[in-house]
Amino acid sequence: MSIKKNLIDPIFNNNPIALQILGICSALAVTTKLESVLVMCLAVIVVTALSNFCVSLIRNNIPSSIRIIVQMTIIASLVILTDQVLKAFVYDVAKSMSVYIGLIITNCIVMGRAEAYAMKNGPVMSLIDGIGNGLGYSIVLLFVGVFRELLGSGALLGIEIFKLKNAGGWFQPDGMFLLSPMAFFLIGFFIWGVRTWKPEQVEH
Amino acid sequence: MEHYLSLLMKAIFVENLALAFFLGMCTFLAVSKKVSTSIGLGIAVIVVQTITIPMNNLLYTYLLKADALAWAGVTGVDLSFLGLICYIGVIAAIVQILEMTLDKFFPALYSALGIFLPLITVNCAILGGSLFMVERDYNLTESVVFGFGSGLGWAIAIVLLAGIREKMSYSDVPDGLKGLGITFITVGLMAIGFLSFSGIQL
Repeated sequence: MSIKKNLIDPIFNNNPIALQILGICSALAVTTKLESVLVMCLAVIVVTALSNFCVSLIRNNIPSSIRIIVQMTIIASLVILTDQVLKAFVYDVAKSMSVYIGLIITNCIVMGRAEAYAMKNGPVMSLIDGIGNGLGYSIVLLFVGVFRELLGSGALLGIEIFKLKNAGGWFQPDGMFLLSPMAFFLIGFFIWGVRTWKPEQVEH
Repeated sequence: MEHYLSLLMKAIFVENLALAFFLGMCTFLAVSKKVSTSIGLGIAVIVVQTITIPMNNLLYTYLLKADALAWAGVTGVDLSFLGLICYIGVIAAIVQILEMTLDKFFPALYSALGIFLPLITVNCAILGGSLFMVERDYNLTESVVFGFGSGLGWAIAIVLLAGIREKMSYSDVPDGLKGLGITFITVGLMAIGFLSFSGIQL
């Protein structure tokens, strides 16, 4: 399998959220603002890639009966590291995301890829696979995040795009987009879009 | 008493882990195809949640919090950065113990829960519950109540969703939305329903 295929495949053909049902948990709650989406995506890409890399390095030395706990320890250490780095450099964003950074530990993408891919393949390919799956996750998050912030508060990354009505502009923000149900609808529509484009993914 | 009752109601309905905080979504969407299996998973989550949150609360209060080691004569130590790895360890251990206990003493329940027990370790609702407990600074009694309430809330949500999905097998869904897509939209509609609880002050 080529490096390019490994990197590009998870984005649309085998998207972790839309097709593998992985990592939905921590994904939805952070999407009201594009800023936190970017931080979350970056954190997940780093953790998935590094955990895949580490697990793959020691894959031949892990007894299979305790592999889950070994993987869990690696992932948890990486997440603690990420958490500390985020708290040191982007404290406000990290604070506003409350528990969701910590929840990367139980993000099934990380665990799922470690178990399904890194246990069977070499370190470099696993690293690429981790980055690819992180990107696949990011693309769904970015899609949801852009819609929610743009239509919910008329801005992107905190910069005003549409002038709000109560500030003398024309745009009436749709508060619905800031509430949780909208994230579900947007992902539902995203899946619909992807499956219309690639009909072989339809479930029967 | 009233305080605990309102905490319970809040944990079940207003701050429903699945529908308001999106926790445990992967299992929530993957296992909700049948009502009977989702009842089993729901019960397992309630049990694990009610045990792990108070356990993690004890761990946090007596080991990890700033100056928590004062009872051992050590002061000025703040181990709270080790929180994540400890909580997940406790959760994994308790799930394992529970699995062995059930296997030995309640084989019927054990076989009914089957694969779902080990899966619970990586259910974000469990770890999320513990993290919320730390963030909101609950005491021991409050964390028992919160653990039970949040588990029950999650269980109710998954059973309701399974009910809807069973009914939905008779409906004509557009091709691209079949399966996962329509499930997301259903969950979105359910979340709107649960939104009606928000803003209720207890």
